[in-house]
Amino acid sequence: MSQLLRIATAGSVDDGKSTLIGRLLFDGKAIFEDQLGAIETASAARGFDGPDLALFTDGLRAEREQGITIDVAYRYFATPRRKFIIADTPGHIQYTRNMVTGASTADVALILIDARHGVLEQSRRHAFLATLLGIPHLVLCVNKMDLVDYSQERFNEIRAEFEAFASKLEVPDLTFIPVSALTGDNVVTPSTAMPWYEGPALLGYLEDLHVASDRNLIDARMPVQYVIRPQQADFHDFRGYAGTVAGGVFRPGDEVVVLPSGFSTMVTNVWGPGGSKLDEAFTGQAVTIELADNLDISRGDMLCRPNNRPTSTQDVDAMICWMDGDLTLDTDTTYAMLHTTRDTRVSVKELEYRLDINTLHRVEDAPTLALNEIGRVRLRTQKPLHLDPYRRNRDTGSFILIDEATNNTVAAGMLLGASQNEPNIVWHSGAVTREHRKTKGMTLWLTGLSGSGKSSVAVEIERRLVASGRPAYILDGDNLRHGLNADLGFSPEDRKENVRRVTEVARLLADAGVVAIVSLVSPYRADRDAARAAHEDDSLPFLEIFMDTPLEVAEARDTKGLYAKARAGEIKDFTGINAPYEAPMRPDLLLRPSDGDAGTLAGIVIDRVEQT
Amino acid sequence: MTQTYVLTDLDKLEAEAVHIFREVAATIERPALLFSGGKDSVVMLHLAAKAFWPAPVPFPVMHIDTGQNFDEVIEFRDRTVERFGLRLIIASVQDDIDAGRAKEIGGPLGPRNKLQTVSLLRGIKENQFGAVFGGARRDEEKARAKERVFSFRDEFGQWDPKNQRPELWSLYNGRHHKGENMRVFPLSNWTELDIWNYILREEIELPELYYAHERTVVARDGMLLAVNRFIQPQGDEEPFDVMVRFRTIGDATCTGCVESHATTPADVVTEVAAARITERGATRADDAISEAGMEDRKKEGYF
Repeated sequence: MSQLLRIATAGSVDDGKSTLIGRLLFDGKAIFEDQLGAIETASAARGFDGPDLALFTDGLRAEREQGITIDVAYRYFATPRRKFIIADTPGHIQYTRNMVTGASTADVALILIDARHGVLEQSRRHAFLATLLGIPHLVLCVNKMDLVDYSQERFNEIRAEFEAFASKLEVPDLTFIPVSALTGDNVVTPSTAMPWYEGPALLGYLEDLHVASDRNLIDARMPVQYVIRPQQADFHDFRGYAGTVAGGVFRPGDEVVVLPSGFSTMVTNVWGPGGSKLDEAFTGQAVTIELADNLDISRGDMLCRPNNRPTSTQDVDAMICWMDGDLTLDTDTTYAMLHTTRDTRVSVKELEYRLDINTLHRVEDAPTLALNEIGRVRLRTQKPLHLDPYRRNRDTGSFILIDEATNNTVAAGMLLGASQNEPNIVWHSGAVTREHRKTKGMTLWLTGLSGSGKSSVAVEIERRLVASGRPAYILDGDNLRHGLNADLGFSPEDRKENVRRVTEVARLLADAGVVAIVSLVSPYRADRDAARAAHEDDSLPFLEIFMDTPLEVAEARDTKGLYAKARAGEIKDFTGINAPYEAPMRPDLLLRPSDGDAGTLAGIVIDRVEQT
Repeated sequence: MTQTYVLTDLDKLEAEAVHIFREVAATIERPALLFSGGKDSVVMLHLAAKAFWPAPVPFPVMHIDTGQNFDEVIEFRDRTVERFGLRLIIASVQDDIDAGRAKEIGGPLGPRNKLQTVSLLRGIKENQFGAVFGGARRDEEKARAKERVFSFRDEFGQWDPKNQRPELWSLYNGRHHKGENMRVFPLSNWTELDIWNYILREEIELPELYYAHERTVVARDGMLLAVNRFIQPQGDEEPFDVMVRFRTIGDATCTGCVESHATTPADVVTEVAAARITERGATRADDAISEAGMEDRKKEGYF
């Protein structure tokens, strides 16, 4: 099955970018003879030997005359395995807006570095813009390797330098390929001149690149684009909500909520283009959805799931790139805003800072933003937006601003989330809710005597959960006393504080989507009940698991020799000997050594976890 | 099998085109679709019908009629428009010539491609169209490669390549003042091969000219031109019969054909995949005028 891959390239002719693209197209047999003929004629007219492949990507006469690229050019080629669209943009700082445009839809960014010059300011700028625009894959093509004698040392030097810089950015996936666009080394065919490089050639990499999991298939979102009401005899009562799925999956039978009204209803039918009946619709599909109830729904409304809604707010923080050459950002005017299919008016309440895209420094007192400048702003919209942070979803997290007098698109924006500075926004970060996380967190609270087998079971639970792909983490009472609780003893007060601290850590882990496995004697019922209450207040699942190992069994094991010391009076306040243990009245799970070994007991717990 | 939630490239292109049709219908008053009966416009109409199912296509189609068409194509045009139940608006180049608004170049049989601009702009103005869908693709020509999906035209219908609106994500800005308009290109990201693969998959009917048939032709300027009422042998040109098909269909006066034995969509897909010359390079005398032929015509208001 052939899939589409969108590539953004940025760089100047000096980097050999046009030559690289020309080489991909030429060796990939996507340059046609008549085009090559035109390039040969033009190259000869300019006094070059042989065809200048760079001329292939320069489309407009003005560009050819000035030897520059003034806009985003789209190039197409296909191999038997994939169809490619290249958005090719010039690399100079004055073309930031073009780069941003080309990057907005790209799956992968190609950044060229001249092996002789190493990582330049321009390379850093390209990498930053690629990550700002949320391109999931970044490929550094270290070009002109032929001019540095195909040196592995030079390649590694550049690689190390770039990696050091990239650690400051959020780069999900970074790849380095040594190439020579001029000679074709590692562009389409693997190079024989660089046997030390074991990775794929550029084209092979692009053909194999896995992008399916870059899309958001978790948060079901469909902005209503158009309402289809045929009002014809055959489809008299048909009322379909047409739109492109912007996240997650919709199926017939799904309960959905319509925003902003908040009404809930059910999906009855999902239709593909032309009326093909679908079992489900996922991100990127253009569909028409029929709903069970006759609600007042129009363009700009958003369908989502009841337990996973976007943030709805009129106050938002965003990064914007200014795109207009005549006007600058004006905080005294209103702009038209297009976000998903929603039109609204918006005013810029504050320019928080301008970002110097070469140094990544924040210029806090910047008066405005001009063409190609990027900054962080606080916006107030006339109608609420139903949004996800751009990092989470490029479709529901992006917008454009339009000047109402000229109708020009003046800025492109990436939403960070609900504004943090507005009093009507609750503390709850607003940017990512629990439903946004890929995994569901919870706390397993193992209580019981010292030597009851809590730790062995905890270790087994953690091992199995992690192996099944679910993040889990043990909070072991003994281990925590080396750090977090190093200042605490074993008095009732200190034990209470010990439980309180562990409760808080478990709650944070659970909130972050981790299964927190607490292995703690926690002898007092009141302390454990407080831990449960803290979780319930936060709507986090909490299972109290009682290791019901009789004292004589635990004491007989005495793996750490502590019972002996306690009996000898060397340890005071030892639970079960000279301090009380209050067994749970109604534990969620009760485990006895007679039920089986640690593995068996862990299995019982995991079955319960999966039901929760 | 695990559901992978991946669209094939054709499904993706289809979804994007459907999105564009719906966006225009929802946000721009009085759109129209340019329909010539050529393969790209046929695919475009097919996509429009799919976008609004089960409702009919909510806009009319317009043909810029040069009066120099292949008869088979006009017959196909009328039949198709009727099948979709659409209103056909014809903007006639001959009317503009007769009224003195357009000036013939090289007599009645001279090329009229350039003259289409006059009729197109008149058609848009008379019908107050806010947006006109065109079947242009970015892979066709280097000036097209830089045009937006939503391409703004000023009150004179002109394109300013250096002052195009930025176009990001799938957020399209179709706002314009009265008298201005948008040209919208839903097939921007399709290639000739995509078009044919889609025709094959969707079993879309095309004029017979697109498939190999025997025809009397003359060789002129490196192209094969069909002998018809517009094209007659000149000088020592020897007409001959050969199996040909048309890769593009423009005016009968200037559209060349190529030798081919591809009689079905599947044959054509194979042929196009192996082609080494662009479709315009092979068959359009009008584009060969200068290195910037298309760029100049677009600036004046051409599609």
